[in-house]
Amino acid sequence: MTIRHHLSDSLLMAYSAGTLPEAFSLVVATHISLCDECRARLMSFDALGGALIEDETVDLTGSSADAIMARITGLPQASRPQAARPARSLLPGPLRDYVGGDLAAVKWRPIGMGVRQAILPTSRDASARLLYIPAGQAVPDHGHRGMELTLVLQGAFRDSEDRFGPGDLEIATEDLQHTPVAEAGADCICLAATDAPLRFNGLIPRIAQSFFRI
Amino acid sequence: MTTEQDPDWAALLLAVRDHADTVAFGLLFRHFAPRVKAFLKKSGAGDALAEECAQDVMATLWQKAHLFDPSRASVATWVFTIARNRRIDALRKSRRPEPEDLPWGPEAEPDQAEALEMQQESRRLGEALAQLPEKQRALIERAYFGDLSHSEIAAETGLPLGTIKSRIRLALERLRHQMS
Repeated sequence: MTIRHHLSDSLLMAYSAGTLPEAFSLVVATHISLCDECRARLMSFDALGGALIEDETVDLTGSSADAIMARITGLPQASRPQAARPARSLLPGPLRDYVGGDLAAVKWRPIGMGVRQAILPTSRDASARLLYIPAGQAVPDHGHRGMELTLVLQGAFRDSEDRFGPGDLEIATEDLQHTPVAEAGADCICLAATDAPLRFNGLIPRIAQSFFRI
Repeated sequence: MTTEQDPDWAALLLAVRDHADTVAFGLLFRHFAPRVKAFLKKSGAGDALAEECAQDVMATLWQKAHLFDPSRASVATWVFTIARNRRIDALRKSRRPEPEDLPWGPEAEPDQAEALEMQQESRRLGEALAQLPEKQRALIERAYFGDLSHSEIAAETGLPLGTIKSRIRLALERLRHQMS
Protein backbone atom coordinates (compact mmCIF):
# COMPACT_ATOMS: atom_id res chain seq x y z
CA MET A 1 0.00 0.00 0.00
CA THR A 2 1.55 3.28 -1.09
CA ILE A 3 0.07 6.06 0.98
CA ARG A 4 0.41 9.56 -0.45
CA HIS A 5 -1.92 11.60 1.75
CA HIS A 6 -1.05 11.62 5.43
CA LEU A 7 -2.18 13.04 8.75
CA SER A 8 -1.34 16.71 9.39
CA ASP A 9 0.94 17.78 12.25
CA SER A 10 -1.99 19.47 13.96
CA LEU A 11 -4.10 16.28 13.89
CA LEU A 12 -1.20 14.22 15.23
CA MET A 13 -0.50 16.72 17.99
CA ALA A 14 -4.16 16.90 19.06
CA TYR A 15 -4.42 13.10 18.98
CA SER A 16 -1.24 12.78 21.03
CA ALA A 17 -2.52 15.39 23.49
CA GLY A 18 -5.82 13.50 23.70
CA THR A 19 -8.02 16.43 22.74
CA LEU A 20 -9.60 15.25 19.48
CA PRO A 21 -13.28 14.31 19.32
CA GLU A 22 -13.67 10.53 19.42
CA ALA A 23 -14.78 10.29 15.75
CA PHE A 24 -11.58 12.04 14.56
CA SER A 25 -9.46 9.91 16.91
CA LEU A 26 -10.96 6.84 15.25
CA VAL A 27 -9.83 8.06 11.81
CA VAL A 28 -6.35 8.90 13.13
CA ALA A 29 -5.97 5.52 14.87
CA THR A 30 -7.16 3.70 11.74
CA HIS A 31 -4.76 5.58 9.45
CA ILE A 32 -1.83 4.94 11.81
CA SER A 33 -2.70 1.24 11.83
CA LEU A 34 -2.01 1.32 8.06
CA CYS A 35 0.86 3.85 7.91
CA ASP A 36 4.32 3.38 9.47
CA GLU A 37 5.34 6.92 8.63
CA CYS A 38 2.51 8.46 10.63
CA ARG A 39 3.08 5.93 13.41
CA ALA A 40 6.66 7.16 13.70
CA ARG A 41 5.48 10.76 13.66
CA LEU A 42 2.99 9.98 16.44
CA MET A 43 5.76 8.38 18.52
CA SER A 44 7.64 11.67 18.22
CA PHE A 45 4.64 13.74 19.28
CA ASP A 46 4.19 11.43 22.27
CA ALA A 47 7.87 12.00 23.09
CA LEU A 48 7.16 15.73 23.10
CA GLY A 49 4.46 15.07 25.72
CA GLY A 50 7.00 13.03 27.68
CA ALA A 51 9.53 15.87 27.59
CA LEU A 52 6.85 18.30 28.81
CA ILE A 53 5.82 16.29 31.85
CA GLU A 54 9.46 16.05 32.97
CA ASP A 55 9.46 19.74 33.74
CA GLU A 56 7.05 20.38 36.55
CA THR A 57 6.21 18.75 39.83
CA VAL A 58 3.50 19.19 42.45
CA ASP A 59 3.92 17.86 45.99
CA LEU A 60 2.07 14.67 46.75
CA THR A 61 0.09 14.26 49.97
CA GLY A 62 2.12 12.89 52.86
CA SER A 63 0.60 9.42 52.76
CA SER A 64 0.96 9.03 49.00
CA ALA A 65 4.05 6.82 48.91
CA ASP A 66 2.68 4.47 51.59
CA ALA A 67 -0.64 4.28 49.79
CA ILE A 68 0.92 3.27 46.46
CA MET A 69 3.21 0.65 48.01
CA ALA A 70 0.21 -0.88 49.81
CA ARG A 71 -1.74 -0.79 46.57
CA ILE A 72 0.82 -2.60 44.43
CA THR A 73 1.64 -5.20 47.07
CA GLY A 74 0.02 -8.32 45.75
CA LEU A 75 -1.26 -6.49 42.66
CA PRO A 76 -0.68 -8.94 39.81
CA GLN A 77 1.43 -7.84 36.88
CA ALA A 78 0.21 -8.79 33.43
CA SER A 79 2.61 -11.02 31.54
CA ARG A 80 4.22 -10.33 28.23
CA PRO A 81 1.78 -11.04 25.41
CA GLN A 82 2.70 -13.62 22.81
CA ALA A 83 3.14 -12.41 19.28
CA ALA A 84 -0.20 -12.68 17.59
CA ARG A 85 -0.33 -11.59 14.01
CA PRO A 86 -4.03 -11.17 13.40
CA ALA A 87 -5.44 -12.58 10.20
CA ARG A 88 -5.38 -9.84 7.60
CA SER A 89 -8.76 -8.19 7.35
CA LEU A 90 -9.94 -5.16 5.44
CA LEU A 91 -10.83 -3.21 8.56
CA PRO A 92 -7.91 -2.25 10.82
CA GLY A 93 -8.21 -3.08 14.54
CA PRO A 94 -9.64 0.19 15.90
CA LEU A 95 -12.36 0.14 13.25
CA ARG A 96 -13.21 -3.52 13.90
CA ASP A 97 -13.84 -2.55 17.54
CA TYR A 98 -16.49 -0.04 16.45
CA VAL A 99 -18.08 -2.26 13.81
CA GLY A 100 -18.05 -5.32 16.05
CA GLY A 101 -16.32 -7.45 13.42
CA ASP A 102 -14.88 -7.22 9.94
CA LEU A 103 -16.56 -5.90 6.80
CA ALA A 104 -19.27 -8.60 6.84
CA ALA A 105 -20.50 -7.26 10.22
CA VAL A 106 -21.18 -3.71 8.93
CA LYS A 107 -24.87 -2.79 9.07
CA TRP A 108 -25.18 -0.81 5.84
CA ARG A 109 -28.14 1.44 5.07
CA PRO A 110 -28.82 2.65 1.55
CA ILE A 111 -28.80 6.45 1.12
CA GLY A 112 -29.56 6.58 -2.60
CA MET A 113 -27.77 6.08 -5.93
CA GLY A 114 -26.27 2.85 -4.67
CA VAL A 115 -24.35 4.64 -1.92
CA ARG A 116 -24.60 3.01 1.51
CA GLN A 117 -23.50 4.18 4.93
CA ALA A 118 -23.15 2.86 8.46
CA ILE A 119 -22.98 5.38 11.31
CA LEU A 120 -20.54 4.34 14.02
CA PRO A 121 -21.22 4.96 17.72
CA THR A 122 -19.01 7.83 18.94
CA SER A 123 -19.40 10.81 21.24
CA ARG A 124 -21.60 13.54 19.77
CA ASP A 125 -18.98 16.28 19.29
CA ALA A 126 -18.27 14.71 15.87
CA SER A 127 -19.71 11.81 13.89
CA ALA A 128 -18.07 8.89 12.10
CA ARG A 129 -19.48 6.69 9.36
CA LEU A 130 -18.44 4.08 6.87
CA LEU A 131 -19.37 4.90 3.28
CA TYR A 132 -19.77 2.40 0.46
CA ILE A 133 -19.65 4.02 -2.96
CA PRO A 134 -20.12 1.80 -6.04
CA ALA A 135 -17.29 2.09 -8.56
CA GLY A 136 -17.87 5.03 -10.89
CA GLN A 137 -20.52 6.60 -8.64
CA ALA A 138 -20.35 10.23 -7.41
CA VAL A 139 -21.16 11.38 -3.89
CA PRO A 140 -23.45 14.46 -4.13
CA ASP A 141 -21.67 17.80 -4.44
CA HIS A 142 -21.12 19.12 -0.94
CA GLY A 143 -19.25 21.63 1.15
CA HIS A 144 -18.33 21.56 4.82
CA ARG A 145 -19.09 23.77 7.77
CA GLY A 146 -16.43 22.19 9.91
CA MET A 147 -13.74 19.67 9.12
CA GLU A 148 -14.26 16.37 7.30
CA LEU A 149 -11.70 13.55 7.33
CA THR A 150 -12.08 10.81 4.72
CA LEU A 151 -9.87 7.71 4.88
CA VAL A 152 -9.97 5.25 1.97
CA LEU A 153 -10.08 1.58 2.99
CA GLN A 154 -10.74 0.00 -0.41
CA GLY A 155 -10.95 1.29 -3.99
CA ALA A 156 -10.22 4.95 -4.69
CA PHE A 157 -11.94 8.27 -5.30
CA ARG A 158 -11.06 11.46 -7.09
CA ASP A 159 -12.19 15.01 -6.52
CA SER A 160 -11.05 18.45 -7.61
CA GLU A 161 -8.03 18.10 -5.28
CA ASP A 162 -6.45 14.78 -6.14
CA ARG A 163 -6.80 11.00 -6.23
CA PHE A 164 -7.16 9.14 -2.95
CA GLY A 165 -6.39 5.41 -2.79
CA PRO A 166 -6.24 2.85 0.03
CA GLY A 167 -4.78 4.34 3.22
CA ASP A 168 -4.95 7.90 1.88
CA LEU A 169 -6.59 10.56 4.03
CA GLU A 170 -8.33 13.66 2.70
CA ILE A 171 -8.59 16.55 5.14
CA ALA A 172 -11.40 18.85 3.96
CA THR A 173 -12.17 22.17 5.61
CA GLU A 174 -14.66 24.93 4.98
CA ASP A 175 -12.88 26.08 1.82
CA LEU A 176 -13.42 22.84 -0.04
CA GLN A 177 -16.51 22.30 -2.20
CA HIS A 178 -16.13 18.92 -3.82
CA THR A 179 -17.82 16.07 -5.64
CA PRO A 180 -15.87 12.93 -4.87
CA VAL A 181 -16.24 10.26 -7.56
CA ALA A 182 -15.38 6.61 -6.93
CA GLU A 183 -12.95 5.25 -9.53
CA ALA A 184 -13.84 2.43 -11.85
CA GLY A 185 -12.68 -0.94 -10.57
CA ALA A 186 -13.29 -1.94 -6.97
CA ASP A 187 -16.18 -0.31 -5.12
CA CYS A 188 -14.90 2.39 -2.78
CA ILE A 189 -15.17 1.99 0.99
CA CYS A 190 -14.22 4.94 3.19
CA LEU A 191 -14.24 5.94 6.82
CA ALA A 192 -15.45 9.54 7.13
CA ALA A 193 -15.71 11.80 10.18
CA THR A 194 -17.01 15.32 10.48
CA ASP A 195 -17.62 17.79 13.29
CA ALA A 196 -20.50 19.54 11.48
CA PRO A 197 -23.26 18.41 9.14
CA LEU A 198 -22.25 18.36 5.48
CA ARG A 199 -23.77 21.04 3.26
CA PHE A 200 -25.36 19.60 0.13
CA ASN A 201 -26.13 21.89 -2.77
CA GLY A 202 -29.19 20.30 -4.40
CA LEU A 203 -32.69 20.28 -2.87
CA ILE A 204 -33.17 16.50 -2.97
CA PRO A 205 -29.89 15.71 -1.19
CA ARG A 206 -30.85 18.29 1.45
CA ILE A 207 -34.14 16.52 2.11
CA ALA A 208 -32.38 13.16 2.12
CA GLN A 209 -29.86 14.59 4.55
CA SER A 210 -32.51 15.26 7.17
CA PHE A 211 -33.62 11.62 6.89
CA PHE A 212 -30.27 9.96 6.83
CA ARG A 213 -28.23 12.17 9.15
CA ILE A 214 -25.40 12.54 6.68
CA MET B 1 14.66 18.51 32.95
CA THR B 2 16.41 15.19 32.60
CA THR B 3 20.08 15.50 33.44
CA GLU B 4 23.12 13.28 33.17
CA GLN B 5 22.84 12.55 36.89
CA ASP B 6 19.36 11.11 36.71
CA PRO B 7 19.02 7.40 37.41
CA ASP B 8 18.49 5.17 34.41
CA TRP B 9 14.69 5.16 34.50
CA ALA B 10 14.41 2.60 31.72
CA ALA B 11 16.60 0.14 33.65
CA LEU B 12 14.46 0.66 36.75
CA LEU B 13 11.25 0.06 34.84
CA LEU B 14 12.74 -3.10 33.29
CA ALA B 15 13.50 -4.28 36.85
CA VAL B 16 9.84 -3.70 37.69
CA ARG B 17 8.84 -5.54 34.52
CA ASP B 18 11.16 -8.51 34.85
CA HIS B 19 11.55 -8.90 38.64
CA ALA B 20 8.56 -7.09 40.21
CA ASP B 21 11.23 -4.95 41.93
CA THR B 22 9.46 -2.78 44.53
CA VAL B 23 12.57 -0.71 45.33
CA ALA B 24 12.91 0.26 41.69
CA PHE B 25 9.19 1.01 41.63
CA GLY B 26 9.55 3.29 44.68
CA LEU B 27 12.23 5.33 42.90
CA LEU B 28 10.08 5.63 39.78
CA PHE B 29 7.13 6.70 41.93
CA ARG B 30 9.14 9.41 43.71
CA HIS B 31 10.23 10.89 40.41
CA PHE B 32 7.17 10.50 38.20
CA ALA B 33 4.13 10.70 40.50
CA PRO B 34 4.68 14.43 41.32
CA ARG B 35 5.08 15.09 37.59
CA VAL B 36 1.91 13.23 36.69
CA LYS B 37 0.07 15.14 39.40
CA ALA B 38 1.36 18.44 37.97
CA PHE B 39 0.24 17.37 34.48
CA LEU B 40 -3.27 16.57 35.74
CA LYS B 41 -3.53 19.85 37.64
CA LYS B 42 -2.38 21.87 34.64
CA SER B 43 -5.03 20.06 32.63
CA GLY B 44 -7.71 21.34 34.99
CA ALA B 45 -8.03 18.65 37.67
CA GLY B 46 -8.42 19.67 41.32
CA ASP B 47 -5.77 18.63 43.85
CA ALA B 48 -7.62 15.55 45.13
CA LEU B 49 -8.48 14.24 41.66
CA ALA B 50 -4.94 14.90 40.41
CA GLU B 51 -3.51 12.97 43.37
CA GLU B 52 -5.91 10.07 42.79
CA CYS B 53 -5.08 9.96 39.06
CA ALA B 54 -1.34 10.06 39.77
CA GLN B 55 -1.80 7.01 42.01
CA ASP B 56 -3.81 5.26 39.28
CA VAL B 57 -1.18 6.04 36.64
CA MET B 58 1.61 4.61 38.81
CA ALA B 59 -0.44 1.50 39.59
CA THR B 60 -0.92 1.06 35.83
CA LEU B 61 2.84 1.40 35.36
CA TRP B 62 3.29 -1.49 37.83
CA GLN B 63 0.63 -3.67 36.24
CA LYS B 64 1.45 -3.02 32.60
CA ALA B 65 5.23 -2.79 32.79
CA HIS B 66 5.36 -5.68 30.27
CA LEU B 67 4.17 -3.25 27.59
CA PHE B 68 7.16 -0.94 28.04
CA ASP B 69 9.68 -1.15 25.21
CA PRO B 70 12.78 1.01 25.84
CA SER B 71 13.64 1.13 22.13
CA ARG B 72 10.31 2.78 21.30
CA ALA B 73 9.89 5.27 24.11
CA SER B 74 11.54 6.80 27.13
CA VAL B 75 9.91 6.15 30.51
CA ALA B 76 8.72 9.77 30.60
CA THR B 77 7.02 9.31 27.22
CA TRP B 78 5.39 6.08 28.32
CA VAL B 79 4.20 7.66 31.57
CA PHE B 80 2.85 10.60 29.59
CA THR B 81 0.70 8.30 27.41
CA ILE B 82 -0.74 6.56 30.49
CA ALA B 83 -1.41 9.90 32.20
CA ARG B 84 -3.05 11.29 29.07
CA ASN B 85 -5.37 8.29 28.82
CA ARG B 86 -6.25 8.59 32.50
CA ARG B 87 -7.01 12.28 31.97
CA ILE B 88 -9.34 11.49 29.06
CA ASP B 89 -11.23 9.02 31.28
CA ALA B 90 -11.37 11.28 34.30
CA LEU B 91 -11.91 14.73 32.80
CA ARG B 92 -13.38 14.25 29.34
CA LYS B 93 -15.18 10.98 29.97
CA SER B 94 -14.72 9.95 26.37
CA ARG B 95 -12.84 7.28 24.44
CA ARG B 96 -9.64 7.54 22.46
CA PRO B 97 -9.33 4.65 19.99
CA GLU B 98 -5.76 3.30 19.82
CA PRO B 99 -3.91 2.17 16.68
CA GLU B 100 -3.51 -1.54 16.07
CA ASP B 101 -0.47 -2.90 17.87
CA LEU B 102 2.42 -3.88 15.67
CA PRO B 103 2.79 -7.63 15.47
CA TRP B 104 6.16 -7.73 17.23
CA GLY B 105 7.00 -10.95 18.93
CA PRO B 106 9.29 -11.85 21.82
CA GLU B 107 11.99 -12.38 19.20
CA ALA B 108 11.89 -8.63 18.67
CA GLU B 109 13.32 -7.92 22.13
CA PRO B 110 15.26 -4.70 21.43
CA ASP B 111 18.99 -4.64 21.85
CA GLN B 112 20.56 -2.36 24.42
CA ALA B 113 22.22 -0.03 21.93
CA GLU B 114 18.87 0.83 20.40
CA ALA B 115 17.30 1.43 23.79
CA LEU B 116 20.21 3.67 24.79
CA GLU B 117 19.95 5.66 21.58
CA MET B 118 16.23 6.23 22.18
CA GLN B 119 16.85 7.45 25.73
CA GLN B 120 19.57 9.84 24.52
CA GLU B 121 17.33 11.13 21.80
CA SER B 122 14.63 11.80 24.39
CA ARG B 123 17.12 13.80 26.42
CA ARG B 124 18.05 15.88 23.39
CA LEU B 125 14.36 16.54 22.75
CA GLY B 126 13.98 17.76 26.34
CA GLU B 127 16.94 20.08 25.87
CA ALA B 128 15.56 21.44 22.60
CA LEU B 129 12.25 22.10 24.31
CA ALA B 130 13.94 23.93 27.18
CA GLN B 131 15.75 26.21 24.73
CA LEU B 132 12.64 27.32 22.87
CA PRO B 133 11.54 30.93 23.16
CA GLU B 134 8.94 31.26 25.90
CA LYS B 135 6.10 32.00 23.50
CA GLN B 136 6.65 28.87 21.39
CA ARG B 137 7.04 26.71 24.43
CA ALA B 138 3.79 28.06 25.88
CA LEU B 139 1.98 27.07 22.67
CA ILE B 140 3.12 23.48 22.95
CA GLU B 141 2.19 23.38 26.63
CA ARG B 142 -1.28 24.70 25.93
CA ALA B 143 -1.80 22.05 23.24
CA TYR B 144 -0.69 19.22 25.53
CA PHE B 145 -2.49 20.44 28.64
CA GLY B 146 -5.73 20.48 26.66
CA ASP B 147 -6.17 24.25 26.31
CA LEU B 148 -6.10 24.25 22.50
CA SER B 149 -8.62 22.50 20.27
CA HIS B 150 -7.47 20.85 17.07
CA SER B 151 -8.59 23.79 14.93
CA GLU B 152 -6.72 26.19 17.23
CA ILE B 153 -3.57 24.09 16.87
CA ALA B 154 -4.08 24.02 13.09
CA ALA B 155 -4.38 27.82 13.01
CA GLU B 156 -1.04 28.28 14.82
CA THR B 157 1.74 28.90 12.37
CA GLY B 158 4.44 29.34 15.02
CA LEU B 159 4.53 25.75 16.27
CA PRO B 160 8.22 24.84 16.57
CA LEU B 161 7.94 21.33 15.21
CA GLY B 162 11.51 21.30 13.93
CA THR B 163 12.45 20.10 17.43
CA ILE B 164 10.92 16.71 16.74
CA LYS B 165 11.89 16.23 13.10
CA SER B 166 15.13 14.35 13.78
CA ARG B 167 13.29 12.17 16.25
CA ILE B 168 10.72 11.25 13.61
CA ARG B 169 13.50 9.91 11.38
CA LEU B 170 14.88 7.86 14.27
CA ALA B 171 11.46 6.43 15.13
CA LEU B 172 10.82 5.50 11.51
CA GLU B 173 14.16 3.72 11.18
CA ARG B 174 13.38 1.85 14.38
CA LEU B 175 9.96 0.76 13.10
CA ARG B 176 11.37 -0.45 9.80
CA HIS B 177 14.15 -2.30 11.56
CA GLN B 178 11.80 -4.00 13.99
CA MET B 179 9.24 -4.87 11.35
CA SER B 180 11.77 -6.42 9.00
